[in-house]
Amino acid sequence: MTPHFLTRTLDRSATIFLLIVAAVGILIPLSNLLLPADSPLQVPTYLMALFGKYVCYAILALSIDLIWGYCGILSLGHGAFFALGGYAMGMYLMRQIGSRGVYGNPILPDFMVFLNYKALPWYWYGFDMFWFAAAMVLIAPGILAFVFGWLTFRSRVSGVYLSIITQAMTYALLLAFFRNDFGFGGNNGLTDFKDILGFNVQADGTRAALFALSCLALIVGFLVCRAIVTSKLGKVLIAIRDAESRTRFLGYRVESYKLFVFTLSACMAGVAGALYVPQVGIINPGEFAPANSIEAVIWVAVGGRGTLVGAALGAVVVNYAKTVFTSGALAPYWLFMLGALFILVTLLLPKGIIGTFNAWSESRKASNSANADSAAAEDGVTKPHLAEKA
Amino acid sequence: MTMIETPAPTTPVSHAPAIIDPAVAAREAEARQKRITSAQLYLDGVHVSFDGFHAINNLSMVLAPGEMRAIIGPNGAGKTTMMDIITGKTKPDEGDVYFDGIHDLTLLDETKIAELGIGRKFQKPTVFESQTIYDNLLLALNVDHSVRGTLFWRGSRGEAERIDKVLETIRLTDSRDRLAGNLSHGQKQWLEIGMLLAQDPKLLLVDEPVAGMTDVETHQTAELLKAINRDNKTVMVVEHDMTFVRELGVKVTCLHEGTVLAEGTIDDVSTNDRVVEVYLGR
Repeated sequence: MTPHFLTRTLDRSATIFLLIVAAVGILIPLSNLLLPADSPLQVPTYLMALFGKYVCYAILALSIDLIWGYCGILSLGHGAFFALGGYAMGMYLMRQIGSRGVYGNPILPDFMVFLNYKALPWYWYGFDMFWFAAAMVLIAPGILAFVFGWLTFRSRVSGVYLSIITQAMTYALLLAFFRNDFGFGGNNGLTDFKDILGFNVQADGTRAALFALSCLALIVGFLVCRAIVTSKLGKVLIAIRDAESRTRFLGYRVESYKLFVFTLSACMAGVAGALYVPQVGIINPGEFAPANSIEAVIWVAVGGRGTLVGAALGAVVVNYAKTVFTSGALAPYWLFMLGALFILVTLLLPKGIIGTFNAWSESRKASNSANADSAAAEDGVTKPHLAEKA
Repeated sequence: MTMIETPAPTTPVSHAPAIIDPAVAAREAEARQKRITSAQLYLDGVHVSFDGFHAINNLSMVLAPGEMRAIIGPNGAGKTTMMDIITGKTKPDEGDVYFDGIHDLTLLDETKIAELGIGRKFQKPTVFESQTIYDNLLLALNVDHSVRGTLFWRGSRGEAERIDKVLETIRLTDSRDRLAGNLSHGQKQWLEIGMLLAQDPKLLLVDEPVAGMTDVETHQTAELLKAINRDNKTVMVVEHDMTFVRELGVKVTCLHEGTVLAEGTIDDVSTNDRVVEVYLGR
């Protein structure tokens, strides 16, 4: 952590973003816990849980922006990694219920008793321990992404074909998790959670802590992404995005770079899912729905692809709009509005909110400095030599 | 014409420190003995067809170390396909392609071939448009290209000096912080040649370097390539511009329908009846 590293990683917008997230992550839980319920500044628990959901979505959006915005890998199946992380956490929470379930079986979760399971399936072993579940939150999506990426990137599947395969992947998982005999609760998924690390999941204190943790995860995820995109590896990723075969001819092993960043991104999505599940109280196969993954890509496009801050912002803005519109008279039309939003952003703001803002502020800066240097430019100082004629 | 001056001969860009490990040295000595040819680049009986179209037909060609060779020929003669074969983008159906006399290029992929020291400039200038000129050259430097190496990369003075030297050679020092996408066509061509220099390859494949350049720029490019060649690099240039080829003053190979039609000095080749018939026109 040298000063050089910090200045490289934190430009102005990154610093502002981190300060806002940190402030939100501290103030909202404090206001929820310390202020009296009738105070206008008190954030009610349901609202905090809602914001917590947005923060998890923001982490998912960051992970998509890292691969799509910087490396040109358009994954339309990132919801699968999010859901896998969520299931890993859900399995831990199920095992914490113990004999407090409806059927009172100390080992088997309710749905297993209901489905006549005689014993715990082997892949549920270990999930009673938090550290194991936490490791699986990273490992399960990570391994899937690694194997998937290894097969596709090595055979040079890219562009729209890769996007289609990622859709197929998440759809296949959706179908698998829907099956009762797959051992993950079928279409009901995992729910009815009681406590996490001994704390009641429903308690305000636990919810406040989960919210603060989500913000912390967003901060850490953002720092990791920034460190990557501002390193030389980030330059290689952009080179791959813009001219893949050129990068190869320079001697870079493109598939290794893609594999690295794709796997890392899947792990991030897994963490987002794991923080999401205790806050919403349920995980079911619906999270694997291809539409979810596409929606997440729209968040990134709206906020600004390849900006990181934009991805997080887009996730919050679009989901807030979703909350507002789906709770009113406009509810049946939300998907149309989402589609229209995507089309409008693509047509009118192709760089997204943050990208457009950056371009605007840069052009303003450039025109300011151009006025200042116009005298110098007239002397031909800034003219490139090659264009000069005798 | 005040601008025209021979670009300073590119100072040899230093390689990584010489390998002293005796095991490696022994392996290298053994490899030298295994060389099947002393040529830098050796193509023999190469054949490629795409869906029945014979793009390359029994092509044989030898480039000596340190040689510069100009390749001419009509469109569709197989010039670019030949470069694709040498750089591993296309696999030949038949034939041998050897680099340095030991490396069978038909078995290797693009990355590996680039690592061996074969650099390529594309017909259409291909630079990383959304990155600065400096970063383009930084990416091209022949340093550690592993994921780990680039993630934990920290610039060194030596690297910066090498980039500065290349910037000077291609005369883009003043534009180092501009985005490559904002360069003129000719400047992009030069930047791509600069990326080749930063790559410091043993063999440079240069596809139509002066397309779209003014006469002055064409002349400067010829001087630049000659300077690169004097620096003991083997160079293969594909070009249609006969004035430029003449200015290079090197051995010329004319390709036609995927095979060598004529080879020799520019005067020999340009008076060859078949070459006149299929390419130059009467």
